[in-house]
Amino acid sequence: MISLAQTYFIEVMTIILYCLLIFVPLLLGVVMALYADRKIWAAVQKRRGPNVVGPYGLFQVPADGLKFIFKEIILPDGSDKTVFLIAPIITLALSIAAWAVVPVQAGVVLANINVGILYIFAISSLGVYGILMAGWSSNSKYPFFGALRSAAQMVSYEVSIGFVIITVLLCVGSLNLTEIVMAQKTMWFFIPLFPMFIVFFISALAETNRPPFDLPEAESELVAGYQTEYSGMPFVLFMFGEYINILLMCAMTTILFLGGWLPPIDIYPLNAIPGFVWFLLKVTFVFYLFAMVKAFVPRYRYDQLMRLGWKVFLPLSLFAVVATSSILFFFNLAPGM
Amino acid sequence: MKIINFLKSFLLLDFLKAFYLAQKYFFRKKATINYPFEKGKLSPRFRGEHALRRYPSGEERCIGCKLCEAVCPAQAITIETQPRDDGTRRTLRYDIDMVKCIYCGLCEESCPVDAIVQGPNFEFTTETRKELYYTKEKLLENGDRWETVIAENLEADAKYR
Repeated sequence: MISLAQTYFIEVMTIILYCLLIFVPLLLGVVMALYADRKIWAAVQKRRGPNVVGPYGLFQVPADGLKFIFKEIILPDGSDKTVFLIAPIITLALSIAAWAVVPVQAGVVLANINVGILYIFAISSLGVYGILMAGWSSNSKYPFFGALRSAAQMVSYEVSIGFVIITVLLCVGSLNLTEIVMAQKTMWFFIPLFPMFIVFFISALAETNRPPFDLPEAESELVAGYQTEYSGMPFVLFMFGEYINILLMCAMTTILFLGGWLPPIDIYPLNAIPGFVWFLLKVTFVFYLFAMVKAFVPRYRYDQLMRLGWKVFLPLSLFAVVATSSILFFFNLAPGM
Repeated sequence: MKIINFLKSFLLLDFLKAFYLAQKYFFRKKATINYPFEKGKLSPRFRGEHALRRYPSGEERCIGCKLCEAVCPAQAITIETQPRDDGTRRTLRYDIDMVKCIYCGLCEESCPVDAIVQGPNFEFTTETRKELYYTKEKLLENGDRWETVIAENLEADAKYR
């Protein structure tokens, strides 16, 4: 006879286990991403990058993390201390929460909800709150400007991301991420929707404040943007949140356009490899593109960024929505019709 | 012209070109060296840490003429001299304030007996400022430690002096 307390205990432990199942691989992924980012950036500039701590410098990132843990957490005098400390927690928590619905293999997903893509879209929109709170509560010029820029930037690019997602959904007929991947069994969506793939990729760069759109933390203008007043652990939380978001955007690109866990061709030696390996490979590839872009594209000016978002991507993606739906309608290709 | 530019930016041609270039550089030979483990080549004229040299007999070269003290633009050198029992003049003190020193090499050039030289060593950071006030003992010790390299460098550079 299992008592109520015992069922309760088991339930809580299962939830904690699930949390760890997401968090630990993600943490490892972030460590690898940070390392890869620095290495790729260095290689393009003909430098060596981190190569002293551990084999091939692999322990550089954990070492940096350890350094941050032991650093003092400075709370600026004029800051709103509660909000100041909550902001990085919100950023990190939201970026991890979005991963709950990401399928890494057929059936391997924490929460297979039928509005997965909507959920991710909503959660990543909330991400801007962490940044805004950080900028506002720091009570200082640079974080404030950084937060303003970041908010405007993320809101502008979310619009075009939304339309790109709609074009994909038109081809799938479902909001479930697993079904989005399965719909690409015959052809990955980046072939028929190639322009949208590019728009999504560039918007993803802007959405995650990656170079060349890293205006919120443009160090030549704003010191470090909304992170200026942060140090020690809160800073690490921001950093992790940012990189988890980047990985999420890589995963989203993979799921929406590159066929998720599906092998390139459905023949024997390729489909024998487990799906999550394909998924990882594709995410790594997209991250590689992210890192390369950081290495060779100069930073956009703020008005150029806004021009690109509102005057180029928005009309383009709007047009794509209309064009895709008309083609699907006239050729009777639309799923679920 | 406008249309061509528009097409260029619309098709991301510049972007693709940059990507190609970056990818090419990605596999190029690294321009940097693994510094603490491998070091770059130094010219024989390199002006690094100071050293006081000795004759092969073990007698110190410096005759206390104070030319280096006079020429030093940063006034980093302090010398006190005294005649020795055998009638030769030698230094009592020979201090170089390595914090003041600008590593111009004038002391080395002014020296009539090649006593004070700037060796190839540039890794002499210390944890306290005090350790950078070099005394005669420290400079002579440097000379003993680096003598082979210093002699080689002087030899290599002699024909250009």
